[in-house]
Amino acid sequence: MSFIKKPRITKGLPQNGLGLSIVDYEGAMSTLCAGCGHDSISAAIIQAYFELEIEPHRVAKVSGIGCSSKTPTYFLRPAHGFNSVHGRMPSIVTGANAANRDLHYIGVSGDGDSLSIGLGQFCHAIRRNVNMLYVLENNGVYGLTKGQFSASTDIGSTARKGGAVNQQPPIDPVLTAINFGCTFVARGFSGDKQSLVPLLKAAIQHPGFALLDVISPCVTFNDHEGSTKSYAYTRESERTTVYADFIPSREPIETDLVQDVTTVTLHDGSRIALRKVDDDYNPFDAGAATAYIRDHQDQGEIVTGLLYMDEEAQDLHAMNNTPNTPLNALEPSKLIPGAAKLAALQKAWR
Amino acid sequence: MQSKDRINDFVVQIATVNGTGSSSANTLLMKAIFRMGIPVIGKNYFPSNIQGLPTWYEIRVTGEGYLARSSKVDIMVAMNAQTYAEDLACVVSNGILIYDGSWPRAELESRPDISVLPVPLSKMCNESFTGARARILMKNIAYVGVIAALIEIDRDVVRQLLSETFTDKPDLVESNMQAFELGYDYTQTEFNCPLENRLVPMDAMSNHIMIDGNTAAALGCVYAGATVGSWYPITPSTSLLDAFGKFCKQLRQNPETGEQNYCIIQAEDELAAIGMALGAAWNGARAFTSTSGPGVSLMSEFLGLAYFTEIPLVLFDVQRAGPSTGMPTRTQQSDILAAAFASHGDTRHVLLFPANPEECFWMAVSAFDLADRLQTPIIVMTDLDIGMNDWPCPELTWDDSYRPDRGKVYSARELSEMDVFARYLDVDGDGICYRTLPGEHPKGAYLIRGSGHNKLGGYTENADEYLEVVDRLRRKFDTAAELVPEPVIETSNKSSCAIVTLGSCEGAVHETRSKLAAEGVQTDYMRIRAFPFSKSVIEFLADYSQIFVVEQNRDAQLRSLLQTEAGVSADKLIPILSYGGMPIACEDIYEPLLKKITQGKAA
Repeated sequence: MSFIKKPRITKGLPQNGLGLSIVDYEGAMSTLCAGCGHDSISAAIIQAYFELEIEPHRVAKVSGIGCSSKTPTYFLRPAHGFNSVHGRMPSIVTGANAANRDLHYIGVSGDGDSLSIGLGQFCHAIRRNVNMLYVLENNGVYGLTKGQFSASTDIGSTARKGGAVNQQPPIDPVLTAINFGCTFVARGFSGDKQSLVPLLKAAIQHPGFALLDVISPCVTFNDHEGSTKSYAYTRESERTTVYADFIPSREPIETDLVQDVTTVTLHDGSRIALRKVDDDYNPFDAGAATAYIRDHQDQGEIVTGLLYMDEEAQDLHAMNNTPNTPLNALEPSKLIPGAAKLAALQKAWR
Repeated sequence: MQSKDRINDFVVQIATVNGTGSSSANTLLMKAIFRMGIPVIGKNYFPSNIQGLPTWYEIRVTGEGYLARSSKVDIMVAMNAQTYAEDLACVVSNGILIYDGSWPRAELESRPDISVLPVPLSKMCNESFTGARARILMKNIAYVGVIAALIEIDRDVVRQLLSETFTDKPDLVESNMQAFELGYDYTQTEFNCPLENRLVPMDAMSNHIMIDGNTAAALGCVYAGATVGSWYPITPSTSLLDAFGKFCKQLRQNPETGEQNYCIIQAEDELAAIGMALGAAWNGARAFTSTSGPGVSLMSEFLGLAYFTEIPLVLFDVQRAGPSTGMPTRTQQSDILAAAFASHGDTRHVLLFPANPEECFWMAVSAFDLADRLQTPIIVMTDLDIGMNDWPCPELTWDDSYRPDRGKVYSARELSEMDVFARYLDVDGDGICYRTLPGEHPKGAYLIRGSGHNKLGGYTENADEYLEVVDRLRRKFDTAAELVPEPVIETSNKSSCAIVTLGSCEGAVHETRSKLAAEGVQTDYMRIRAFPFSKSVIEFLADYSQIFVVEQNRDAQLRSLLQTEAGVSADKLIPILSYGGMPIACEDIYEPLLKKITQGKAA
């Protein structure tokens, strides 16, 4: 980590449609280890919100506990942040989203926070289709407690020190999410910002629960020979199925420039463009996607890209038939029935 | 021995099997007495089970208006052969036992000091009704008829109640009345009616309702403007969220669009339930959750977070008998200490102690105002007895000028006019800081964290910065003592002895004091309604040399709190405890108290 204060120079930087530069989307200086994959993800998050022209203070960023959960400090300074307790970020976002449907929610978690202590909340937030971006910064190791295996550590992966070999099968967040009906499932790699930013943009705009599992090597405890979450191993094994990009409603799609593009139109008229690399892959078929991911996993490959999406599913608010006005903005007169109604109600208890 | 006529002062207990639909018959019986203007209470003693285990319903007719259960049974309706022996044993001398005489039981004739009335309920119902379920249900209504004849319940009142229950089903009114008449007529023909224990109409229940505390608390949440309720089912708190949902559907749903001005989320567990409420409250909604002891244990982690990060939150703890799973369908006040200090580290919470459904209603509203004002969790400590039993209460009232107190929240306009905002500055010197809501204004943003933070909201491990925050939190708790509901105090200036209690003990303590007064023993009284203790609580305690602390737990938890938090010396605090799981009765207090007062005098 560095103790040097970040310079705030905006002069000459490009501005987005809101007149904001990328600096306006940055946060405090990271205190993570130099080269940490998580910092690359933070940079991609900054880029994605900047490009989407979302006012940073209209984002709420929530996390649990762990290295990954520290990162909301490092992006979107003008956004409210909530560094909560271990494994419980999904419930905080669920409640926050119920209270105010108008904000953008980003939950940041790690493989320990999501797949061990927080596995239950992770799965249930998916079931409720809470409209949020869930970034799982997956390094396959416990960093803050210095190098224990996590629930995403692959069988056969070795510890950096002591020679321990993991024997327990991993929990794959992507397969878990598809299995629980997650409406947007993608996997990226912190070392591939080119692909990560478009995936983030699509995930942010998805009107439901969007899981983005990002392989994010831990340079200190899990980047060695024998680790299956190292930079080298991930680069060698990554296999991208579908590239995604987000296209705002005002921009036309220049389809003649891009071949094999499928577009999915969102409720607000914007679109997500999907460019398939593998013709066999169908990101709208949960069963086929699962089989494909499993199959390639067995061959030692890490499947990345946009893996599954369902734009039609109802989110938490649709299921609860809440009004368009956020619940936290409803006037007391709409909520408090008054003395006359109380008197009428009590007839039943006489 | 009882005196000959006991008008409006006796207990009817019905012993049945759960799952047989007897609760509606028991409610009918109790409501009929209530409609005759006579104070009555109903207590349901039910098992943690769906079908087939013994259950009892106690109806205490109390012209004096006492609110506690009685421990004596004058009239037993023994409908459960499994429990005949114990039901027979608990009837008072000169009492009555009614049972289904379709199958005569010689062993029930073993007590010459009581009258046993066999009524062929099954036989009569089997002859008059078809279908197994209908026969069972009608048998329940038939025993209502038996009791009605014995104690002189007005049949027109019964018919009226049935017609209100079955507004759209006149057939059911007739068939239920037919069952009622079967029991009624048989009893009038075969036995001497009425009994010495009987009813005489009164006018004590006008402007009263019969309501349970969970329903009243739920209504309070609606009237406080709560919009997010997240919960996980657990006895005995489940009916609170059920009622909230019902009222919201009735009062908060747009009839044309079906739009709901509320969001109820059934969580995957208590951890998530409180997490959701916390997330919603952080985001500016009035949010709450409800649970019982085991849930409080699970929620402790988040309670600590809410305390340290200063997020308003309302939690209802409908207490049941612990420890661990304990007795889920039995009552206790044994979460006092666990709730007051829930979570690790130096954590303390504001508790409210309603004594009855009426207080559940207004304290629910107060809890939201206090939570917003103090920016901390407010735990409303009710119990199974208050929460699930019907109590006679004065009608609930509402002041239409009420506006929710949202506490210290900077608006977007205020933020825009500010140079910088920092979250934990004690601007007003009362320990309460100004907060901002997500999304309001870029200047309002900060990162809330359960880790060590300084007054600016930044991460810290610096001792001085940390102390500044935790010491202010302690001062905020002192401010809370000035804002919480004051105790109920009754003094006579004649006594050096006081009874201090809380919550659902009130009825039994009140009855005890009347009984003591009749014996010439004067006692003063304080019912504590909140923690931290206000100045008036501390001052009251200073005035007495002998203070009986009545509560429903084994370890004298309120007494401990009075020692450590009100500085009262242990030797003048005498515990009077009832913790078997049954609601506290006068006799649980009267005898031990009298004994100890005497002992005190002898010494």
